[in-house]
Amino acid sequence: MDAQKLVKMGNQIAQFFAGEPDRQAAIDGVASHLQRFWEPRMRRAIFAAFDAGVTGEMHELLKDALAARRGQLEPAPR
Amino acid sequence: MYSNKVLDLGTPPSHSQSAVVVDIDGKPVTVPAGTSVLRAAAEAGVKIPKLCATDSLDAFGSCRLCVVEVEGRRGYPASCTTPCEPGMKVKTQTRKLADLRRGVMELYISDHPLDCLTCPANGNCELQDMAGVVGLREVRYGYDGDNHLTASKDESNPYFSFDPSKCIVCSRCVRACDEVQGTFALTVQGRGFDSKIASGPTNFLDSECVSCGACVQACPTATLMEKSIAEQGQPDHAVITTCAYCGVGCSFRAEMKGSEVVRMVPHKDGKANHGHSCVKGRFAWGYATHPDRVQKPLIRERISDPWREVSWDEALTFAANGIRKVQHKYGVGAAGGITSSRCTNEETYLVQKLVRAAFGNNNVDTCARVCHSPTGYGLKTTLGESAGTQDFDSVEHTDCVIVIGANPTDGHPVFASRLKQRLRDDQPGGGAGLIVIDPRRIDLVNAPHVAAEYHLQLLPGTNVAVLNALAHVVVTEGLAKEDYVAARCDVAEYQKWRTFIARPENSPEALEQATGVPAAQVRGAARLFAKAPNGAIYYGLGVTEHSQGSTTVMAIANLAMVTGNIGRKGVGVNPLRGQNNVQGSCDMGSFPHELPGYRHVGDASVRALFGAKWGVAIDAEPGLRIPNMFDAAIDGSFKALYVQGEDIAQSDPDTQHVQKALESLEMLIVQDIFRNETAKYAHVLLPGSSFLEKDGTFTNAERRINRVRKVMPPLAGMADWEVTMALAQKLGYPMHYDHPRQIMAEIAELTPTFRGVDYDKLDRLGSVQWPCNDEAPEGTPIMHEQQFVRGKGRFVVTQYVPTPERTSRKFPLLLTTGRILSQYNVGAQTRRTQNVVWHAADVLEIHPHDAEQRGIQDGDQVTLASRQGETALRAVLTDRMQPGVVYTTFHHPESGANVVTTENSDWATNCPEYKVTAVQVVKVGAAKSEWQQRFALFEAEQDALLPNAAPVPGKQ
Repeated sequence: MDAQKLVKMGNQIAQFFAGEPDRQAAIDGVASHLQRFWEPRMRRAIFAAFDAGVTGEMHELLKDALAARRGQLEPAPR
Repeated sequence: MYSNKVLDLGTPPSHSQSAVVVDIDGKPVTVPAGTSVLRAAAEAGVKIPKLCATDSLDAFGSCRLCVVEVEGRRGYPASCTTPCEPGMKVKTQTRKLADLRRGVMELYISDHPLDCLTCPANGNCELQDMAGVVGLREVRYGYDGDNHLTASKDESNPYFSFDPSKCIVCSRCVRACDEVQGTFALTVQGRGFDSKIASGPTNFLDSECVSCGACVQACPTATLMEKSIAEQGQPDHAVITTCAYCGVGCSFRAEMKGSEVVRMVPHKDGKANHGHSCVKGRFAWGYATHPDRVQKPLIRERISDPWREVSWDEALTFAANGIRKVQHKYGVGAAGGITSSRCTNEETYLVQKLVRAAFGNNNVDTCARVCHSPTGYGLKTTLGESAGTQDFDSVEHTDCVIVIGANPTDGHPVFASRLKQRLRDDQPGGGAGLIVIDPRRIDLVNAPHVAAEYHLQLLPGTNVAVLNALAHVVVTEGLAKEDYVAARCDVAEYQKWRTFIARPENSPEALEQATGVPAAQVRGAARLFAKAPNGAIYYGLGVTEHSQGSTTVMAIANLAMVTGNIGRKGVGVNPLRGQNNVQGSCDMGSFPHELPGYRHVGDASVRALFGAKWGVAIDAEPGLRIPNMFDAAIDGSFKALYVQGEDIAQSDPDTQHVQKALESLEMLIVQDIFRNETAKYAHVLLPGSSFLEKDGTFTNAERRINRVRKVMPPLAGMADWEVTMALAQKLGYPMHYDHPRQIMAEIAELTPTFRGVDYDKLDRLGSVQWPCNDEAPEGTPIMHEQQFVRGKGRFVVTQYVPTPERTSRKFPLLLTTGRILSQYNVGAQTRRTQNVVWHAADVLEIHPHDAEQRGIQDGDQVTLASRQGETALRAVLTDRMQPGVVYTTFHHPESGANVVTTENSDWATNCPEYKVTAVQVVKVGAAKSEWQQRFALFEAEQDALLPNAAPVPGKQ
């Protein structure tokens, strides 16, 4: 999957939840959205980008959600 | 005219709650107060002759045929214009009345061609019937006096003719155009004997007429006559079914001769359309038997190979083997399917079942991805259900309407007529207020007897900013319905939202520069809407097809809740859904994260329910959405796709990206009635069946489940649901249904909102609106009446985030896209009808100022270029555009509108941002862009690969 595109999509999600004043709730919002709507290979690919250090282009909230909710979001290996 | 086999009660019903009793020919008759004597008599089975009256139009009282005698009254009043009064005694048949009626008919017939035997209305003509009823035996005046018999016929409209020599000037056509359609295209010109019906200075085709057919339906003679009747003769039977065009879901009488359609007439008892139609449903059905229909299964190994015509069995074996081969090589998740919003509920249900049960994953999606997926997300989040809140009839009770990002007169014309009836300024008490929020001056802004109080002509991409500004005014000016919110909504979420929306950066003044809308207009519109007793919001794809589409839907729900406008008649959030069954396809579990009834695949109890019924374990992870499928195809992890009735190659954005994705597939199975653009990349092409060829149901934008009834056998021998079953069988997952009613029974068993739906009930009631279950056995016209489906309504903070698509020096204009009345979506159907006379090619609308700067004149060929690609179109100069914004449609594949649109999409759903693309427009000499030249070449190559194709000159 195109990591650049996924990062862009992830940033858009983060931008929406950034309107939420409670930071924990915002992180929950991003993580829940990724879990509910992103197919596993998309989630794997964004974690690969995260691990490869593409974080410079990532919204702070997206980074926080990926870091804090990795266990919840990372799909089981197939 | 409407079929004379259907009772015409003469005048519309009265909705009065009080009853009156009258005596008609010695029979006591009880009717609602305000009912005409004509209708009361008809309801009691007493037929009074009539010509200018019909029950779809207000009484007019001009023909004098329906005269009656009323005890104690002088003269002979027209029964159509005489309301029933308590104790009234009416005689409908006396010698004097008979004389009067014969006299009237004598005058009519003295100026009427007596060619009944060869007249197309023969057998269905009210004039003929009335002549018989009144016992006309002679015309004492002779036929040689002044007359209109030589008046020339207007054949300009492709679907109906206008023969003024047969006109009795009853005005039914004029009144139908005014009262029902609301276009006011017709008039009675001249006075007395010189009176004639006129459609404008020239002819019907060049007039304001929108070919809705209301006038043809109203005409009691052969003056306005369907050409199909003139060619084929009168039908011998009729079947009630549902139109397969837009999400209004009009009911139609398919009038038939054997298995041949003679005409489609809107069904009077249709609860979505109440006997009205538009040019598409009424006339543009000829595509169903067009020679381009795919009639034999075709297969090929590679898309460069010639197609081979094969049996169904061989094609399905080839398709199933291809899917299994791909899954074996690349994994279970390498295959997926797309359900069709043009197909029935039962068919979409089967395709998602096939994907989930036989493919073994959740890679299923539908065209709602590119239209109303944000509606599903936004309304589920805020209100608790992924659907509109009202029925269409609700509009009759509204006091103020917001139309945002929708162009109902073109996209949903039959609903637009209802809306205009409520907006008209010539009705008692004046019409409802109207606020239009649209970058373009749509027709509703200033239509006959309709004018928007406010047209907030915003810049594309700023819907959220405008909606936030409206809500800001409501909250900060003390216009919020705090009692409603306190009782109905989550108060903590409301307080959070209230704090957010009251911030100065959400004020109309602060957002004026971004939106381009003067703050005073926003304030005025907010006050008008908030102060109206009943305010309703209607919206379309101009809301959803944005990077903030879902946010906009939630902002609409916020505005409706804060003004107390959900949960009763006359209010609500009303998405005008695009395709005939896009609501249904979403209901049926076509999204990759939801099983039927909008239940997430992550919910173990729901998976267990479906898993037990289907005998499989359902994947707990969401599948790929359509744009994700494209990316995965290019990435190499997605290789097989089954597409039922959707043309992703034409309809989806960034065409070159889509083409690359389709070329990456190893097994593309397309099932369609035509070899569409997607099929040119396919390995298997399975013949689809039109809506006339199968049984099932469609669900319209008001959640109304309507029956679709088979009137002719499938052209290629199998209905779409049968094809999906056969493919499932080949994949080793047999399905066992003999009729779609059994599929609906399974849907009802597994889906709480459909639990009370069955075909017997649909046949009995005509239609029902879901939820239809034990709590609401006959359906739910208005949702959220006592409480929101989610319990408490949830306000959501809707921060305005500008689209990433920005204008620049190189791309200084914004392109927005839409559609027009006569064509439908990708045009696969309407391009194969005579509707092309109104729109033979897509054009680029541009403001005269922008055109002048570029040296462009009306009709010039121009290049339309974006960062994604470029195409060439003919320019049309119009001030309905604002400077800086251009507009086009995507009804013709060679136009390449989606070559230009971007990959940007809604943050929540990936719904593409069709509505905002930064572009440049340049006058050019070249008639075609490079892409268009490649398109033409590819099309020629693919045409040459068809069975029995003519050899391409110069090719071996």
